[in-house]
Amino acid sequence: MATIQELENTASQVRRDILRMVHAVNSGHPGGSLGCADYFTALYSEIMDYSTDFKMDGTNEDLCFLSNGHISPVWYSVLARSGFFPISELSTFRKIDSRLQGHPTTHEGLPGIRIASGSLGQGMSAAIGAAMTKKMNGDTKTVYCLHGDGELQEGQIWEAAMFAAHNKVDNLICTIDYNQRQIDGDTDDVLSLGNLRAKFEAFGWDVMEMDGNNMEATVNGLKEAKSKTGNGKPICILMTTEMGAGVDFMMGSHKWHGVAPNDEQLKDALSQLTETAGDY
Amino acid sequence: MAKYEYTEMKDTRSGFGDGLLEAGKRNKDVVALCADLTGSLKMNAFKDAFPDRFIQAGIAEANMMGVAAGLTIGGKIPFTGTFANFSTGRVYDQIRQSIAYSGKNVKIAASHAGLTLGEDGATHQILEDIGLMKMLPGMVVINPCDYEQTKAATIAIAEFDGPVYLRFGRPKWPVFTPPNQKFEIGKAVTFQEGNDVTIIATGHCVWESLKAAEELEAGGLSVEVINIHTIKPLDNDAILKSVAKTGRVVTAEEHQMNGGLGDSVAQLLARNNPKPIEFVAVDDSFGESGKPEELFEKYGLGKSSIVAAVKRVVKR
Ligand SMILES: Cc1ncc(C[n+]2csc(CCOP(=O)(O)OP(=O)(O)O)c2C)c(N)n1
Ligand SMILES: [Mg+2]
Repeated sequence: MATIQELENTASQVRRDILRMVHAVNSGHPGGSLGCADYFTALYSEIMDYSTDFKMDGTNEDLCFLSNGHISPVWYSVLARSGFFPISELSTFRKIDSRLQGHPTTHEGLPGIRIASGSLGQGMSAAIGAAMTKKMNGDTKTVYCLHGDGELQEGQIWEAAMFAAHNKVDNLICTIDYNQRQIDGDTDDVLSLGNLRAKFEAFGWDVMEMDGNNMEATVNGLKEAKSKTGNGKPICILMTTEMGAGVDFMMGSHKWHGVAPNDEQLKDALSQLTETAGDY
Repeated sequence: MAKYEYTEMKDTRSGFGDGLLEAGKRNKDVVALCADLTGSLKMNAFKDAFPDRFIQAGIAEANMMGVAAGLTIGGKIPFTGTFANFSTGRVYDQIRQSIAYSGKNVKIAASHAGLTLGEDGATHQILEDIGLMKMLPGMVVINPCDYEQTKAATIAIAEFDGPVYLRFGRPKWPVFTPPNQKFEIGKAVTFQEGNDVTIIATGHCVWESLKAAEELEAGGLSVEVINIHTIKPLDNDAILKSVAKTGRVVTAEEHQMNGGLGDSVAQLLARNNPKPIEFVAVDDSFGESGKPEELFEKYGLGKSSIVAAVKRVVKR
């Protein structure tokens, strides 16, 4: 059990990794990655039960899926810092011949990744399948899946949501990165999501809310979600976050969805985040 | 024979954006839809000029295709805009039933096609889209080679009645065709005449082919370079005429070897005038993250691969 302060320290290092990774290749998606740094840190440090000796089947382990694959930097950083692969490998992100592809893939065999994502809207279906296999195998562990909120505009999400409730896939916790932003602007301006709680409830899910940029709230929220498993309903966490969280000039708009900081901006951003575990 | 001259580096997607604006000015029935990628598709100028004719579809491509099909009923000319992957594979059945089979006048504008989208990697680098789209009965398939040709093609397809797939890319690439050119759907463009071998290229590979031809000519070969911007309908006459003269062909494209331009050319030759042919294309593989030039090199699409293919074919 890590203290909240220790988890916050890890998240600070993860945020530094994200910024340095996207800066190095002048591409990638810092906004959503920074916003979800606390979620991934909490999940891998405090919540999930897993082995870093990676096996695709993940039998008797909790599983993590990333449906909004563009925020791969945060996942790669947390996987590396949790021991799945060498931290130094973060420097290969998005470069030719790397296992750290722009969007997560199984193709290059990166430990920790169980399905490709990047084309939005497909992760929930795969997570449901993995959760159903666990049930069929008598495996009592939990499947976690993260989604973007803009991603919920994809129809497949709602096919999956209907299916999960109908089939009582209650070992599944889908978290929505509810930052209310996407590429072209605020989700409300692009294609409003309406009342997400009411929508998921109407689809038959158990819905909770959680502040995803408050470490204590995130840890407690994920624990609460876990306690709700096994009750006949899939679980949805509406996780409020700020795109660009942790870097003052990246917050407050959609502009940093997929733009890398330049040298000066990187310096400014890093000055706001303590190096707690050593940069890669 | 068409003249070409390098002028500058510019992205083909900007050719689409500028062509769309022009098409919008010429015809008030031109409308545009985009699935949360307005900036990437360079559709902002159209959106600003014609806010009432711009439809933000959100991240919901299947719905966008269906809405576009519906918009044609009553006379609109919809251009859908998203990445090539989400313009084809993602929405294949919507295109097949609601657009192609129903004969709807939808223009599917597909950016970031092929390996040259670069760092985003294989999930986004579709290399199967030409094949998917050319298999659909009645679908016109166009893959222009530079900024100017893309702009001209965009304007031309707005004036053409029927479904069109327009494929273009992300990176800045050499511009070498003239401004304000006339774009004729289905008409090959011959950039260089020669007697020993015909290089037939589309998209970003046309410039690579011209560079390869330069090198080969310096080595004493006489090389003909034909740009097929319209993969379907194919300019059979131009290809057969050239091959009757040279007797050898190399095709070059930023696409899977299976299902691409090379397939179409091989089928044409097999039926009419079987001759040795070599294919410069991705050989049954997914792409990966990297810089466009690095990927062209690694996956065998660049100038050196074209030169090597020509050397192989002249030995056969
Ligand atoms: C099917 C599909 N359509 C479009 C895209 C391009 N795209 C990548 S991220 C993104 C916006 C996603 O918004 P959201 O899920 O809210 O993520 P955030 O911007 O908050 O990180 C879009 C449109 C994609 N990757 N997949
Ligand atoms: Mg969002």
